[in-house]
Amino acid sequence: MLTNDKLPLIREKALWMRRTAFTMVHRAQLGHPGGDFSAMDILATLYFGVLNHDPKRPNWPDRDRFVMSKGHATGALYSALCAAGYFPEDWLKTYMQPKSLLNGHPNRNYLAGVETNTGPLGHGFPVATGIAIAGQITGATYRTFVLTGDGEQQEGSNWEAAMVAGHRKLVNLTLIIDRNRLQQGAGTEETSGLDPLDDKYRAFGFDVFEVDGHDPAALLAVLGTAPGTKPRCVIANTVKGKGVSFMEGVASWHHGVPTDAQYEQAMKELV
Amino acid sequence: MAHAAPTAVGFQDCRNIWVKTLEDLAEADPRIVAVVNDSVGSSKLNSFQKRFPDRLINVGIAEQVMVGVGAGLANGGRIPFVSAAGCFITGRALEQVKADIAYAGFNVKLVGQSSGIAYGELGATHHSIEDFAWLRPLTNLTVICPADAWETAEAVKWAAAHQGPVYLRLSRMPVPDLDISNRQFRPGRAEVVRRGEDLAIIACGTTVHLAASAADLLTAEGIHARVLNFSTINPLDEAALHDAAATGAIVTVEEASVRGGLGGAVAEFTAGHRPVPVERIGFPGFLPTGSTDWLFREYGLSPEGIAAAAHRALSRKA
Ligand SMILES: Cc1ncc(C[n+]2csc(CCOP(=O)(O)OP(=O)(O)O)c2C)c(N)n1
Ligand SMILES: [Mg+2]
Repeated sequence: MLTNDKLPLIREKALWMRRTAFTMVHRAQLGHPGGDFSAMDILATLYFGVLNHDPKRPNWPDRDRFVMSKGHATGALYSALCAAGYFPEDWLKTYMQPKSLLNGHPNRNYLAGVETNTGPLGHGFPVATGIAIAGQITGATYRTFVLTGDGEQQEGSNWEAAMVAGHRKLVNLTLIIDRNRLQQGAGTEETSGLDPLDDKYRAFGFDVFEVDGHDPAALLAVLGTAPGTKPRCVIANTVKGKGVSFMEGVASWHHGVPTDAQYEQAMKELV
Repeated sequence: MAHAAPTAVGFQDCRNIWVKTLEDLAEADPRIVAVVNDSVGSSKLNSFQKRFPDRLINVGIAEQVMVGVGAGLANGGRIPFVSAAGCFITGRALEQVKADIAYAGFNVKLVGQSSGIAYGELGATHHSIEDFAWLRPLTNLTVICPADAWETAEAVKWAAAHQGPVYLRLSRMPVPDLDISNRQFRPGRAEVVRRGEDLAIIACGTTVHLAASAADLLTAEGIHARVLNFSTINPLDEAALHDAAATGAIVTVEEASVRGGLGGAVAEFTAGHRPVPVERIGFPGFLPTGSTDWLFREYGLSPEGIAAAAHRALSRKA
């Protein structure tokens, strides 16, 4: 059911998550804000519009799974998990501090709601494929969503997973690619080009959708609809650093951290 | 990525000398190329890329391909320096390192950047503390972990001239230059940093200067510790280990797992040749979140921690 009445909530949460993530990164003087901000609307749409989940029962066997393969974007993931009620807000202050449960990359042994440990790129999609196979062979009803970066798609493990998922027709599996066209040091197309990404996934047996990754309505229109006959690949066109003028589309904000003045500026813009 | 700790006076980030040395070598020898995985910046190769754009091969985020491409470039007569974060060039591409580089014996120089726990806060996936254990058994692969800027430059020059596979384990943690006169870089040979006969402290990389400071603390107590810079992990300097065991007690220190690395190698050697107490300082396994400095102190990689281990080793001395 497409419920556009979810949109105000998703937008409100996405704004709170951006402010929260930037506050975490500013305090820690560490993090990956560029990739946090390109993924923020995708995560807000999933957690507040798509996933069938219950933070009070994080191990509920029939929960929908979300795997954050681009594990460096913990500003986005942790602010989403916190907004959804997986852990109390005061934990956010501990981001990357000694012995914190909010490690620089997510650890399922530290936090409820984290399905698998990520950080090295190219791990989430294979694990999500396994989760989907478990669902397929047991007849479970849950769906599995995995978000990778676009630079991350250069890892061959993604294409091995894609071959398995396409071969097994894992209809309950949705791969979302955060297509911000930047990786760590430069643009994806000047580093090791990915285009045409849609044709590649179609050739691997996926139904491919291309959407504006900052438009919750467009995201909901794909992610919120019942599975088809093939696994899905959603190419979400995004802007790295989206929402803060000086970060948008600037590669060095991949792991840039704000000065006090930049932080104040961002807080003025994020309203 | 984690930001570097503020640099104390006289302390240097050895990545600067690594890249300066490589650029000098590349200027003189057109066969030298660099291979990276979206790691131009983190390997400090931006100026190399500007000077030698055709000789910087960025394969994207694809470490297995990166190491395989390195082997192929060597086959094609190039001298590749394959450079990436230590955790990924070893862990992610381990079979390529084993089969394509060590076993095939290609003339490839693997360079692990920001090794050990340079990425403290980023967690166990980004720590490279298992690398010694993974690489040490690989036949043909020379494994070198330089202790300071001078040794980093020498190791890079030696690797370029050496015919055969090399793993250079570089750090990002600023370190001081060791105060040793008339130094000569001799791969496969331990370097004496402090003389002493009461026990031997065997260290490598970022921990050698800490071991020297520990020896100074011990001297104040009347204990004379020999300190060895054991920068070559493979092959081992067995003669130096024989002499170290003759002191009757050994402490090993490394920015790595205590299982299977330098400490493991020393324990293997002493068990087989001359059993003596060996106290190993390093990391026990997957580490909690925390800065590099905090993790060093927490796990006793400090002058005080090393001196305490020396006392434990001495108390077990026969
Ligand atoms: C296996 C592996 N290689 C290298 C890295 C270092 N790294 C962290 S993020 C990143 C760039 C990721 O780019 P992309 O997937 O496009 O992510 P986004 O733009 O969404 O931040 C790199 C190279 C890593 N984490 N894992
Ligand atoms: Mg990207």
